[in-house]
Amino acid sequence: MSKFEINRRGLIKSGAAIGAGLALPTIFTRNAYAYVNEPKGATVTLGFNVPQSGPYADEGADELRAFQLAVEHLNGEGDGGMIGTFSSKMLKGNGILGKKVAYVSGDTQTKSDAARASAKSMIEKDGAIMISGGSSSGVAVAVQGLCQEAGVIFMAGLTHSNDTTGKDKKANGFRHFFNAYMSAAALGPVLKSLYGTDRSAYHLTADYTWGWTQEASMIAATEALGWKTVNKVLTPLAATDFSSYIAPVLNSGADVLVLNHYGGNMVNSLTQAVQFGLRDKQVNGKNFEIVVPLYSELMAKGAGKNIAGIVGSQNWDWKLEDEGTKSFVKSFGEKYGFPPSQAAQTCYAQTLLYADAVERAGTFDPCGVVEALEGFEFDGLGNGKTLYRKEDHQCFKDVLVVRGAENPQDEFHLVDIVEVTPVAQVTYEPENEMFAGGNLGKCNSGA
Amino acid sequence: MLGLSKKDTTFLVVVIFLTLMTPILLQPFPEGSVLAQFNAGYPDLMQRFAIYGIFAIGFNILFGLTGYLSFGHAAFLGVGSYSVVWMYKLLGYNVVPGLLLAVVTAGLFALLIGYISLRRSGIYFSILTLAFAQMSFNLAYSVLTPLTNGETGLQVYTDDPQILMGAGSPNSPHFFGIVMNESAKIDVGGWQFTFNNGYYFCAIIAIIVFYLSLRIFRSPFGIMLRAIKTNQTRMTYTGLNPRPYTLAAFVISGMYAGLAGGLLASMDPLAGAERMQWTASGEVVLMTILGGAGTLMGPILGAGFIKYFENIFSKINDDILHTWFAALPDGLEDAIVFMVHPFIGKGWSLTLGLLFMMVVIFLPGGLIEGGNRIWRLVTGRSRNRNTPGKDAQHHPKPTAHVN
Repeated sequence: MSKFEINRRGLIKSGAAIGAGLALPTIFTRNAYAYVNEPKGATVTLGFNVPQSGPYADEGADELRAFQLAVEHLNGEGDGGMIGTFSSKMLKGNGILGKKVAYVSGDTQTKSDAARASAKSMIEKDGAIMISGGSSSGVAVAVQGLCQEAGVIFMAGLTHSNDTTGKDKKANGFRHFFNAYMSAAALGPVLKSLYGTDRSAYHLTADYTWGWTQEASMIAATEALGWKTVNKVLTPLAATDFSSYIAPVLNSGADVLVLNHYGGNMVNSLTQAVQFGLRDKQVNGKNFEIVVPLYSELMAKGAGKNIAGIVGSQNWDWKLEDEGTKSFVKSFGEKYGFPPSQAAQTCYAQTLLYADAVERAGTFDPCGVVEALEGFEFDGLGNGKTLYRKEDHQCFKDVLVVRGAENPQDEFHLVDIVEVTPVAQVTYEPENEMFAGGNLGKCNSGA
Repeated sequence: MLGLSKKDTTFLVVVIFLTLMTPILLQPFPEGSVLAQFNAGYPDLMQRFAIYGIFAIGFNILFGLTGYLSFGHAAFLGVGSYSVVWMYKLLGYNVVPGLLLAVVTAGLFALLIGYISLRRSGIYFSILTLAFAQMSFNLAYSVLTPLTNGETGLQVYTDDPQILMGAGSPNSPHFFGIVMNESAKIDVGGWQFTFNNGYYFCAIIAIIVFYLSLRIFRSPFGIMLRAIKTNQTRMTYTGLNPRPYTLAAFVISGMYAGLAGGLLASMDPLAGAERMQWTASGEVVLMTILGGAGTLMGPILGAGFIKYFENIFSKINDDILHTWFAALPDGLEDAIVFMVHPFIGKGWSLTLGLLFMMVVIFLPGGLIEGGNRIWRLVTGRSRNRNTPGKDAQHHPKPTAHVN
């Protein structure tokens, strides 16, 4: 056993040691780069951060396929896909600014913490100049914040929450995907014509930023039609069994169930709702209906027959007839043997949009890229004429309203397109109350 | 020096040296070489080594010394993170107020949970702590959303009050002007070393708390804790009440966890609820056992191992494997890649699980025991001196040296 004695000599010695330790970091000067991760060699590295586990793993796998395809096309391999149909003709298939495109991938685990750790290691270890991907708005918001602080560009993948380009918007972040408000605005008129104006809705909502804004948007849109909201219940994102949430719906007096769920959540909750016999029920003299505001082919595949007749909205579908869609579906189908999902399309488009913005800016400097993307109008990426709005970095384009096919001809024709809602109908002011409270701030290049 | 025996002083100096040299030691392969994949000397991972090292040191004070296995330490980690982010939101980006609050709140939280859970021991204690941690997780995840921002995680927004923020203050976490995420990169030959402010901040705190835990291990209090682990009943018969000691150990380790959580938020200003999930609690148990429970250095080693696997192995994908084995004939290359595939990428936890099983089966004392065996093999020294049976007079045995 030793005693802790303070004497003058010991104090000076340990004081000096601690002082030297504290001063150590300050002797190093800042690095000499003009901006973070300035590519100096013959390659430029992009970071693709997608969920490879968790409820959105299917979407993540498809996103990664699209990223790999986009990198091939940028490097001039394969048939070039949508580069040929893209309205901007800056991309030549020789990489970006003559540098060959390399990429690193990581697993977000659909958790904010893990996603940030993965993105950080891409930025700090692998020197990624741009981060893309993400299949959850919680993750997208977290990673977007990280990219803003680190000084790299974030090209959001599949994120549908209003907050991503609303209260959590950042100058370094850009979203091509549509959002909850647009879904609700597109679905409103269709729901009115299908189910009338006298309905009572029950909401089951994934408990995080996307679910909250999706629910708020749907309630606003349906109440404007004259619908009543009976109840809204939050469910954990990690939940796999929804029976305890669905049972109360039966006796609530509601005649519409709105499932603000996505991915694996939606597959499970919809399947269980159908198993509980909700769809065969008559309530208030009307057929009980289920609405899934955000849809995807991958979810339709997971839910199987249960999807028949259920209405929802999509950002894009591979059955569209424009040139961009056709060439993308062709090159994706040739490489992987099945058509791409909307998650794949948005990630592919984001990668091309980033590469194109760098070419037009003539630099990888994030501030130059931000300037090139703001207010950029383009066409030929599968969604028709599209605008990257300067005020909130959100893309404005047509929205699809879709419906689960009653008798699908094969596993790739699970949804039918009901209507292509024109962009004017889903456009909103940047100051819209559902998007209020955010501030883009200034672009950060990390220098 | 500093009230330590000569041997411990040397030990502390070695630890300080290793900690400060980490950015160089973890970067053994030159940039651009095939093995650069295995370099771990980038700021985020080094910070995690130091922070989870602190977490594991604290956990070891409870588990290693008293033998009480808590499955709820992640709750304190989360509480620490939320405290720091709230201080950012209310006061400003200086980390000091947040870290102090993190330690205090985690301590109070630990006092409450410990007071209730320590009424039982063994498996019942573990279950109680697990239940409390799971309750905290669910509260943070959905019930207390205004306080924690739920699944999205608590973040700082530009319209937060931040009353202590001056016009010139840095816009990210800093320690009196030393910005955490700034680093200096130095190129030496083909190597690139990153010296990051945040890492050194964590490292210095880690050294201080390591020193504290060293003192606790060597103190009469530490002996009491070991007595509890050895035989609690006998301790009660001698008229000593173990409860205050275990509670103190629980609170101290809770404060360590709070500090670690606070540091996580100091490096990256975001606090997510999943930090409190039971998997995070299980992780620190794994770290401690993998490294060697009850040893001073073991938990730090274990923490490093787990974080290394999580961050480095999880990023190896099939493309990288193909470049490694490109020299082999095609069929063989594909076969090897196919066989290795389940153990890399998202299969990193499988590799870690196998390693954990091997350690538990063959090295019950953890990696530290493995190190000791190798050391004895190399130096040719054996532990004959302490072998029981040769001491006919039954001299009291020296207390097991803790390394």
